[in-house]
Amino acid sequence: MTESVTTHAVVQEITNSLKHKPGALLPILHGVQDVLGYIPAESIPEIAKALSLSRAEVHGVVSFYHYFRETPPGQHTIQLCRAESCQSMGGKKLEDYIKTKLGIDFHETTADGKFSLEPVYCLGNCACSPAMQIGKDIYGRVSTTSFDATIVELGESA
Amino acid sequence: MSTKIYVPCDSSAVSLGADRVATAIAQEADKRDIEIELIRNGSRGLYWLEPLVEVHTSKGRVAYGPVQTSDVASLFDANFITGEAHALSLGLTEEIEYLKKQQRLTFARIGKTNPVSLIDYLDNDGYRGLNNALKLPQADIVKAVTDSGLRGRGGAAFPTGIKWNTVLNTPSEQKYIICNADEGDSGTFSDRMVMEGDPFVLIEGMTIAGLAVNATQGYIYLRVEYPHAFEVLNSAIDTAYKEGYLGENIQGSGKAFHLEVRLGAGAYVCGEETSLMESLEGKRGLVRFKPPLPAIKGLFGQPTVVNNVISLASVPIILDKGGNYYRDFGMGRSRGTLPIQLAGNIKHAGLVESAFGLTLRELLYDFGGGSASGRPIRAVQVGGPLGSYMPESQFDTPLDYEAFAAIWAVLGHGGIVVFDDTVDMAEMAKYSMEFCAIESCGKCTPCRIGSTRGYEVMDDIINRRDLDKNIPLLRDLCDTLLNGSLCALGGMTPYPVLSALNHFPEDFGIDAKAGA
Repeated sequence: MTESVTTHAVVQEITNSLKHKPGALLPILHGVQDVLGYIPAESIPEIAKALSLSRAEVHGVVSFYHYFRETPPGQHTIQLCRAESCQSMGGKKLEDYIKTKLGIDFHETTADGKFSLEPVYCLGNCACSPAMQIGKDIYGRVSTTSFDATIVELGESA
Repeated sequence: MSTKIYVPCDSSAVSLGADRVATAIAQEADKRDIEIELIRNGSRGLYWLEPLVEVHTSKGRVAYGPVQTSDVASLFDANFITGEAHALSLGLTEEIEYLKKQQRLTFARIGKTNPVSLIDYLDNDGYRGLNNALKLPQADIVKAVTDSGLRGRGGAAFPTGIKWNTVLNTPSEQKYIICNADEGDSGTFSDRMVMEGDPFVLIEGMTIAGLAVNATQGYIYLRVEYPHAFEVLNSAIDTAYKEGYLGENIQGSGKAFHLEVRLGAGAYVCGEETSLMESLEGKRGLVRFKPPLPAIKGLFGQPTVVNNVISLASVPIILDKGGNYYRDFGMGRSRGTLPIQLAGNIKHAGLVESAFGLTLRELLYDFGGGSASGRPIRAVQVGGPLGSYMPESQFDTPLDYEAFAAIWAVLGHGGIVVFDDTVDMAEMAKYSMEFCAIESCGKCTPCRIGSTRGYEVMDDIINRRDLDKNIPLLRDLCDTLLNGSLCALGGMTPYPVLSALNHFPEDFGIDAKAGA
């Protein structure tokens, strides 16, 4: 109960503060995901009502964009670049290593809830490939060793 | 007097430890009781040397790099704050060959200044273009841009002045300027560098565009993958409002221009201008049919200029120094400079801004120093994930829109991704189809279904199943994508696929001489 009350309050506050903007839906969805980590299903009717849209329209937007997620993420979301520049520097091997190490595929979360793994198509760090981003922290020339060190650091702080 | 020490805040430099180095320098200075002024500048774009630390001396700025936290104590021991020698010394920054050989117009300030300091911006020729524009009739502003020969740097290379002129001449109560900052192409980072390293130049360029066509509202559509750029842009926009460079009355002229940053949400197709506008309107990023052109019926149905970051960031210098000044750089119909991004498997990855006309070979070897792995360079992909793969036999092609088009390649946004001889080009072709399938907006059938079929056919080819049937099928499918897609995503995916097949047939199990 408490959780859905909180969700309701968060969604209402964000929606009210942004709904006057032209094309407000993406800013609202970003606002909700920034606070809650995802777009809960129960927030969709509320957002739809505030913007005079159908639930299907809001759901359609949420599902169109790779970045918006409908399930809670792990404590840390690892965005690993799959694009050409990172591939040219061994990105595929790194990807295989990370998946094995964490025991998850893309779009999955580790059983302990610490890490989610998402593919990303370019972080603009192509001069320092391969690259990944965790939250707002960007990492360049990632190796299996530096990856291990990073997750140990994050795992301890988590 | 305290010594000025520069450590970049650019996110690529940060990805290599620049924040930690900055902290270590501040702590070490404190410990030694040395007074310093630590400035977080943009990156010079010499990424193999990042984190690149610079010290202001009487002779000019002296560079050290790549600096790690473990080097900081020894830099102080060597007295780097007066520019003394150290194992990481690179000499005067401006004399570094890679930088010295460039012609930096759009990137003139990047790496020199504190990006969010308006004072730095004004002290380094900032807002001179706007000051001129405020005195000119609208048609003259557009004329300066037309005269400069500037073509859209996002990749399509459409003449910017012609686009602006259409918007200027389309009557409407409300017009918009959109900056396409959805830099999704792999191997490109020049937009990011501008937004993180010199945000005011983009704000100035957009303000000039607004004045030129009578648009009072601008949006920067920024990809969500660039959180650092988001912060820097918002900080600069706040300052510009406070100092009267944005708002209802720009520098007392009575003219208005408002600007807001909007975030994308991880859809590559939203870099296509009509899809971008749908997204800004709060919808799924489905591509629109053209016509109507965005210049006539764009955002919220109103006349809209949609330009890439680099195009808009090139406008201030054109208005400052004149269209002819800019046009005097370049070759043929490719005028001015292009910020080229060297990426992937290359020793000296970074940003090279130069007049059009350099050859790929000069970029890859003279600037780039060959591959990072030390192995031979086998292929380069120019112009992002929808650009052709080019073999060594094409490395003498000059960087020029028409020269590239003549060999069925594209210059695009100027990104060059380098691959050594370990690359499997059939795998790259398969990836291109997969990428198109993942990112297709789904509106047109060739792209939506063709990409998935293409992925399956490539899988068969890689497993050497029915090559006699599948190679012609792949070509046929590419033909459909090329001619039947609504936008460049489906329409250009055949470029990497077919160029890989044509230039590297052996990777597809075909005898090069026999053909298929």
